[in-house]
Amino acid sequence: MAQSWETLTEGTKGPRREYGPLTRTDFVRYQGASGDFNPIHHDEEFAKSAGFPGVFSVGMLQAGILGCYCTDWLGADNIRHFVVQFREQVWPGDHLVCEATIRRRYEADGDRRVDLDLLVTRQESGGAAIKGEATFVVS
Amino acid sequence: MVDKSKVGLSDEPATMPVERGKIREFARACQSTNPAYVDDPAPVAPPTFLTTVNFWSSGATSPLAQLDIDLRRLLHGGQEYVFHGPPPRAGTELTFQTRVDNIYEKEGRRGGTMTFVETVTEFRDTGGTLVAEARSTAIETGQAPTKES
Repeated sequence: MAQSWETLTEGTKGPRREYGPLTRTDFVRYQGASGDFNPIHHDEEFAKSAGFPGVFSVGMLQAGILGCYCTDWLGADNIRHFVVQFREQVWPGDHLVCEATIRRRYEADGDRRVDLDLLVTRQESGGAAIKGEATFVVS
Repeated sequence: MVDKSKVGLSDEPATMPVERGKIREFARACQSTNPAYVDDPAPVAPPTFLTTVNFWSSGATSPLAQLDIDLRRLLHGGQEYVFHGPPPRAGTELTFQTRVDNIYEKEGRRGGTMTFVETVTEFRDTGGTLVAEARSTAIETGQAPTKES
């Protein structure tokens, strides 16, 4: 599962992976698991009262999918930094694509490290749902 | 409108046990089947797992709760985790404390004035060593946000 230092050169891409269609059940399941019970993600009336067409995903659900996506590639123990910015909202029925690219490969504090650019795209719009970055140590 | 005098506000430290079943539940909700999360008897936490600190903090005293942000106008702008070593494993007990780190405003394209609230939560092991930090950026929009905002 974990990749070797020799193969992780700058510009190397992780395996592109698709998720979805995301369902309301996926949102509720994540809310139960995370403890974030903001009703805007499961209560249609509440979401509409806030001016939305209906419920939408928890940003941290797609962030969680992205986090596990990149640790699947480079190892669960190896992550040292993970940061995301939320862009387009994700709606029931959306399909997401996760991608990762190695931006920088370097040694620091006695570790071999790689910095990644991360992207979650909504297939429905082609737009970014998340832009992110991560740092992993590589053995 | 968020009260900017709340910068620096923090809650009391509290403890959070990192649990195997919780990690498995969380990983599966994030659509992961990685054996490192779902099969290992002492699994490491997924990258965003520390968000489950919600279950261990007192909602009433959390700094964000004291800001009285309207959930209808609340957006999550961003989230960051720093790990000073491998992420914590099941069986670890963490002490955590959250503070309001910054509050600032920006003009939105459609949503009026947006107020950004950054909170930082520090996680320490039983020896007091800092093992992880979480930074969350919450945005209170001036009006109901549009689909693209």
